Amino acid sequence: MSFLEVNNLSVEFNTADGIVRAVNNVSFTLDKGKILAIVGESGSGKSQTVFAMMGLLDQNGYATGSVRFEGEEILNLSISELNLIRSEKIAMIFQDTMTSLNPYMKVSEQMAEVLIHHKGLSKTEAIKQSITMLDAVQIPEPRNLIRMYPHEFSGGMRQRVMIAMSLLCNPKLLIADEPTTALDVTVQAQIMHLLSDIQKEFGTSIILITHDLGVVAGNSDKTLVMYGGQVMEVAKTELIYAKPTHPYTQGLISAVPRLDDNAEKLKTIQGNPPDAMLDPVGCPFSPRCKFSKDICSTQTPELLGAGENDHFRACHVAFEELL
Amino acid sequence: MNHETIMQVENLKVHFDVSSEGDMPWTKRKKLQAVNGVSFELKSGETLGIVGESGCGKSTLARAIISMVPVETGRVLWFGKDLLELQKIEMRKHRREIQMIFQDPLASLNPRMTIGEIIAEPLKTHYPKTSKADIKARVEDVMNKVGLLENLINRYPHEFSGGQCQRIGIARALILKPKLIICDEPVSALDVSIQAQVINLLMELQNEMGLTLIFIAHDLSIVKHISNKIMVLYLGNMVEMANSVDIYIDPLHPYTQALISAVPIPDPKIEKNKELILIKGDLPSPINPPSGCVFRTRCQKVQDICAKEKPAMNTLKDDHMVACHFSG
Repeated sequence: MSFLEVNNLSVEFNTADGIVRAVNNVSFTLDKGKILAIVGESGSGKSQTVFAMMGLLDQNGYATGSVRFEGEEILNLSISELNLIRSEKIAMIFQDTMTSLNPYMKVSEQMAEVLIHHKGLSKTEAIKQSITMLDAVQIPEPRNLIRMYPHEFSGGMRQRVMIAMSLLCNPKLLIADEPTTALDVTVQAQIMHLLSDIQKEFGTSIILITHDLGVVAGNSDKTLVMYGGQVMEVAKTELIYAKPTHPYTQGLISAVPRLDDNAEKLKTIQGNPPDAMLDPVGCPFSPRCKFSKDICSTQTPELLGAGENDHFRACHVAFEELL
Repeated sequence: MNHETIMQVENLKVHFDVSSEGDMPWTKRKKLQAVNGVSFELKSGETLGIVGESGCGKSTLARAIISMVPVETGRVLWFGKDLLELQKIEMRKHRREIQMIFQDPLASLNPRMTIGEIIAEPLKTHYPKTSKADIKARVEDVMNKVGLLENLINRYPHEFSGGQCQRIGIARALILKPKLIICDEPVSALDVSIQAQVINLLMELQNEMGLTLIFIAHDLSIVKHISNKIMVLYLGNMVEMANSVDIYIDPLHPYTQALISAVPIPDPKIEKNKELILIKGDLPSPINPPSGCVFRTRCQKVQDICAKEKPAMNTLKDDHMVACHFSG
């Protein structure tokens, strides 16, 4: 039994213009204490995948498939059942810290609320534990700073408060949705360092969602590449970079300008991201793929093993032809 | 390519008045030092990259160069003429030669104008006597140059993706055949695969039309890719300037060193073994900057002298300039 097992997860939204298929048959597993990175560009469905797991989809959205957490099905549970899982088993941090924290509440109250609600602690005890947790995420003078409002913190500090808050109930899985996208690089380095410390210290498993391939490289055990709502490739992070076997992964990796490289010209992926309104026929990447064949636009490729252990790819074109 | 100097900026300072809570109408307003004494030279055909974190004054600097924000002191010499001293009419003449591209591609395009109108607008403003047929020909010409199909001319901005909107912004900047284009975070809002397309387009256009670029971004890897020379700003102050290879291989200022080590490299072998220089704490307030060297509150090499004396910009070998008491 895997720690987390997602099978054929699909997410659709009913909109005035028709059905939007945000996520299509996504499957993956995560082992305990490991970090899984989900990479993709905007609109690739990476956030909606985890929103569906946590029951956070918008009202017009619905999810099908199965998400098993420690053997139990957690997809489409009722709110009361979900509340037992949220925070105590799975916690989440978000990209935009200013809008995710309540601007009217002091940090102390927001944090204490979690413990009072989930653990039934008294307010004094809850605040005491919150201070310990703020200290653990390296916020200086937590005793004084806990009395401040979110807007009085800088972006990096607010993200630390969010992380502290998500860890209060000692969750087994932490989902971080673009945790450093709004932050400067030096602060990003601080936060990523903190997350990897947490993973080592508390043994928390982490799902890291990001569009930044650099962040993925340094901070994950396994990488899942998504495009147009589908999984393109999954493998150990080292393998994804050393030997990408999907045309999209290859294109994505070579499109990033590298600080340690003096290439004259960046390699590009031609064309634009797909329109989620259109019914997905075939491989979503095929209109932009330079290896595209006839079969690519008619039949959706399955996620199949690609030689090495735990390396999966969804592509009709044989790996040898991509070289 | 001739290497004539086209722009010289000397000791440029931009200060904003800010009011704080409890101020009375007669209270003296505090000064926010957004840009504090920046100097540089720009040669024809080269690209100057400006990097720094949010709040370091990079966008304000760009705006100050074309007088979009009031300048406290300093000079901006454009072919020897001080742009800050010019009268409005004369300034307008030079505005044609300096154009700007903005960060948010959709927000910088008027949603109620077709893209043909948007691209033609600078031409109509600066050359009102141009005939309609001429305008159309020029618009189609620049649209071709930036890779937009001519039949899209009557569409509205919301019908385009982010990358295409940025192409429209570039087309609008190009139609006046400028000498200098200031790009303020032109690719920050775009996805990786689209970002590469826009960067390549800018570099191709630069070669083809002999453009000079000022390229502002917070992403050091992109700036290094496109620039010949890079300036690092911290809290409104220049801390280091060098050519783009030297600044990466041999960064001299402790801030530049930390900045470079913080940039993640998309290669797990390098990334998981690299030595990270973590900067402690947060950016100090620009209203009340630290005395002496502005970086001293977060610097690893800080000594007593750093609080007392502000380090001057020293030029070392190969035009590598650095402002630190302990470098060079």
